[in-house]
Amino acid sequence: MIRFENVTKVYPRSSRPALHDINLEVNRGEFVFVVGQSGSGKSTLLRLALREEQATKGTVLVAGHELGRLPHRKVPRLRREIGTVFQDFRLLPNKTVYQNVAFALQVLGRSSHAIRQVVPETLEMVGLAGKEKRLPHELSGGEQQRVAIARAFVNKPAILLADEPTGNLDPTNSLDIVRLLDRINRTGTTIVMATHDDDIVNQLRKRVVELDNGEVIRDENQGVYGAAR
Amino acid sequence: MRLQFILSEIWIGLRRNLSMAISVVLVTMVSMYLLGLGLLAQRQADTFKGYWYDRVQVTIFMCTEDSGEPACDKKAVTEEQKNAIKAQLDQMRPLVKNVYYESEQQAYDRFQKQFRNSPLAGNVRVGDIPQNFRVQLSDPTKYEVIVSSFEGAPGVGAVQDQKKVLDKFFKGINYITIFSFVLAALMVLCAVLLMATTIRQAAFSRRRETGIMKLVGASNFTIRFPFMMETLFSSLLGAAAATGLLWATANYGFNRYLNQLILDQAFIGVSDVWAITPWMVVGVAVLSIGTSWVTLWRYLRV
Repeated sequence: MIRFENVTKVYPRSSRPALHDINLEVNRGEFVFVVGQSGSGKSTLLRLALREEQATKGTVLVAGHELGRLPHRKVPRLRREIGTVFQDFRLLPNKTVYQNVAFALQVLGRSSHAIRQVVPETLEMVGLAGKEKRLPHELSGGEQQRVAIARAFVNKPAILLADEPTGNLDPTNSLDIVRLLDRINRTGTTIVMATHDDDIVNQLRKRVVELDNGEVIRDENQGVYGAAR
Repeated sequence: MRLQFILSEIWIGLRRNLSMAISVVLVTMVSMYLLGLGLLAQRQADTFKGYWYDRVQVTIFMCTEDSGEPACDKKAVTEEQKNAIKAQLDQMRPLVKNVYYESEQQAYDRFQKQFRNSPLAGNVRVGDIPQNFRVQLSDPTKYEVIVSSFEGAPGVGAVQDQKKVLDKFFKGINYITIFSFVLAALMVLCAVLLMATTIRQAAFSRRRETGIMKLVGASNFTIRFPFMMETLFSSLLGAAAATGLLWATANYGFNRYLNQLILDQAFIGVSDVWAITPWMVVGVAVLSIGTSWVTLWRYLRV
């Protein structure tokens, strides 16, 4: 589903590579934690998978597309197969919960009939049934992240990328969010979650890929945070 | 469904960016008004000239029964007299380059076209303008030769040299035209820069929405189209306002004033405004779509 082959990424005006000779394969339906300190390259990895940046060297394959060869105009099509969740939620402040989730379908041209069916189902799945008319500032951090997850998932993408989704949340909410992602993973969606929340990683015992200074130093199934040290 | 979504995005965008949208409307209005004035000035010059001005230098009008000219003696020109005049003109080649004969019907038709905006047009009948020979010279400065050869000749009512009458108008018209076009060019530049700035500002203020649209995989078209349509809408509104102003200028300045006051010259009118409107509208549309396309391509990369 996602494959990095000898991938190096050097940002302009930077001497040190953000990622150096990364080899990584994530299969369909897997749940992978990407851990590491700040600056280790976690976000860069996700941005390369999303084609927000391009690799300086090596090949990145996502959902059958070789991203280095993908023409610019086909990038939107790639992104429809990938849902993304961020640390800062990125909701539209003037739209309700329902409208925020529906937005993702409206811009893709889905019919209002389909939207009226799918959005309530998705909101129920993330545990926000009954809160459709609330605005983001009327929700807690955990609830806002659920809205973001609903928006990322409403189009049933094959892959869901989460960049430190629990970064702004307390421990209880963090666990709830990751459990929600786990439920989504069980529907068949591949999940890659970047985090430096050790508690979460240790509790879930999923595959852990650890980055340090842009290199993969550990890749083990049912791993824990920092076990190699 | 998508159309409805895009239309609502356009409307929301205009409301959020109302002051900038109004600026675009006003600047487009002023630039198109100035451009329209320049175009109308050119059309006025063409209207003054009529059909023959650029083609010939001297006109020899034949006598009619109603001619007030003393040389005619209240008699219409005869066929022999006409043929004699024609023969004499032919003898004067190569100074005489071309001779065109215009019948009373043709003269009437051309008068109606040139004086379409004048109150006179309805009062003129076929025959009021005499049949005539229009003479094109190889050396336009030598028109006096023709005038002196034919003035007072049998069958000749009057010999007219058009340039003398109209040249003084053309100098003024040319100044107006140049002035209007230069101002219009500056205003069009203002309009282009303003449209580009408006789009950049709108794109910046909507970066959250745009960012999410990019993230969920909306096509370039879905993202850029609302911005382009907002610009097009504002600029077309400006063009419509300019057309209204030009109509008022033509109607109150010409149709209802000059055309009634000065009867021996042909003036433009409201119909000329309608003639230039399609070009202005198309020009504005092309300008606004082109500017927004380039601006979005530079500042709203997906």
